[in-house]
Amino acid sequence: MLVFAVVRPRGLPEAVAAVPAACLAVAVGAVPPRQAWEQTRELLPVVGFLALVLVLAHLCAEEGLFEAAGAAVARWCGGRPQRLLAGVFSVAAAVTAVLSLDATVVLLTPVVFATAARAGARARPHVYATAHLANSASLLLPVSNLTNLLAFDAGGLTFTRFAAVMALPWLAAIAVEYAAFRAFFRADLAVPAASGTPGKGPDVPLFTLVVLALTLAGFAVTSLAGLEPAWAALGGVLVLGGRALLRRRTAPRELIGAASPLFCLFVLALGIVVKGVVDHGLGTGLGRLLPDGDSLPALLGVAAVAAVLANVINNLPAVLALLPLTAPGGPGPVLAVLLGVNLGPNLTYVGSLATLLWRRILHRHDVRADLGSFTRLGLVTVPATLLVSTVALWGMLHITGT
Amino acid sequence: MSVVVWITEGTWPACVAAARVHAAREQEIVLLYVHDDGVAESAHGAFAGLLGRGRPRGHRPPQGWGSDPGHRIEELGEPAARRLLAEAARRLGRPAQALLAHGRTEREVVQAATGAELLVCARDGDLSRAGPHSLGPATRFVVDHAPCPVLLVWPAGPDHESPPPPPSGPGHRR
Repeated sequence: MLVFAVVRPRGLPEAVAAVPAACLAVAVGAVPPRQAWEQTRELLPVVGFLALVLVLAHLCAEEGLFEAAGAAVARWCGGRPQRLLAGVFSVAAAVTAVLSLDATVVLLTPVVFATAARAGARARPHVYATAHLANSASLLLPVSNLTNLLAFDAGGLTFTRFAAVMALPWLAAIAVEYAAFRAFFRADLAVPAASGTPGKGPDVPLFTLVVLALTLAGFAVTSLAGLEPAWAALGGVLVLGGRALLRRRTAPRELIGAASPLFCLFVLALGIVVKGVVDHGLGTGLGRLLPDGDSLPALLGVAAVAAVLANVINNLPAVLALLPLTAPGGPGPVLAVLLGVNLGPNLTYVGSLATLLWRRILHRHDVRADLGSFTRLGLVTVPATLLVSTVALWGMLHITGT
Repeated sequence: MSVVVWITEGTWPACVAAARVHAAREQEIVLLYVHDDGVAESAHGAFAGLLGRGRPRGHRPPQGWGSDPGHRIEELGEPAARRLLAEAARRLGRPAQALLAHGRTEREVVQAATGAELLVCARDGDLSRAGPHSLGPATRFVVDHAPCPVLLVWPAGPDHESPPPPPSGPGHRR
């Protein structure tokens, strides 16, 4: 099934293989129907929350929020590529944290490229930064990454507690990335941009920005009130989506498409398949590798195992496999798993060796693009961000007594 | 025989200005820009790394969910490069051939300079100091492997004053 998801023959959606694989796992008794149902019932609210955040990001893009952010960064940088990089870091970190890494990869990356081109700067550092931050800046909130949503559910943390503990590791990872990028691309960043001053650009969609801020505040309020934070996301989607529908800027069909129903189905099916694999051997094998407790060396060990596993099989199956093993140890090991699976994928530009190998096979005659620099950058930043963020996590766990 | 002027973001005005001064009237001028394919490929890769987000073919919008951001970057890159070349040609003020190449930047530049009389490029790297590390990796490769004479210019006038004093110590006399 994983091979299918990576290869995607004839461009078929991954759910086409994942759903029959999940049915097979139940049919052959690898996962008893009752457990499969429980797993699905546990994952359903998580997946629903994810779908709402994806729709929210789609609505923000439709209202021109990303273009406006790009234009604001271009104006602010005033032809200085180092400032442009700082601006790109800020926007990419904020978009990833609030609207998920999917929004950064799919919706923000082209805007960053256009912004660099318009500012007359070399695009490579800025586009690479967006790709890196989609992973490194996805530590802050449960909504930033699907891996977080899965763990947030399993780790018994509230939304605000998750954010409070992860704020320092998030900042630490971004700071390490920024220092690495400044050093790695010093030649590209030293040359002042030459071409003309960027125009005024699109207006900031104020209404969208306010609704987004209120949604964010809603996450904290609902969480403190003991409600599901997904309700806040639903509120944001209803306001922005209702407005867009009334103004005929979008159609219900488009909003359903933005919720990615096939992706949601894929995650549910993946949950069952991974449960089957973990219960039949992988769990014991991984359990031997994972250190116990939440001392600093133990957390570093857990993060390292998670990063390696994410690089071998991709971070979604990795987190599904590791969560049941680490959840009994409390929030510390669970959050260390997240550091590993979220930061680890920066090692290769496609997030995992499985995907990398397949792309190599697919493009074996096409060696035009040189991505050696991306890999070298990953070799520097992944161990450094893992180390610094895990130390920060360990510190925060001690301070907050979690 | 021609003069190849390597046009990159940031440094191109200095290269064009140098070509105006150093290219003889009868020499043909080639303005060369190389697309960095690694940029779009990194976006393709980031999208491929998002497991499970694939959509059926035929339902992919040009932008937004389900569309590969790498394709959008390829679409945006071509006109941006053409604009840069047009601006350089305008600034040059004499007929020139515009050449748009794809691939590994440094190798494409070396290949385009084969048979040329002169290659004009700019130093990048840290501009606040004369050196060392005065060249970025691509420029370093081009200077090392260029098959023709190279004219290396400052992007804007050098803001250092004189070369640093020679090192003192054993083996050096003051």
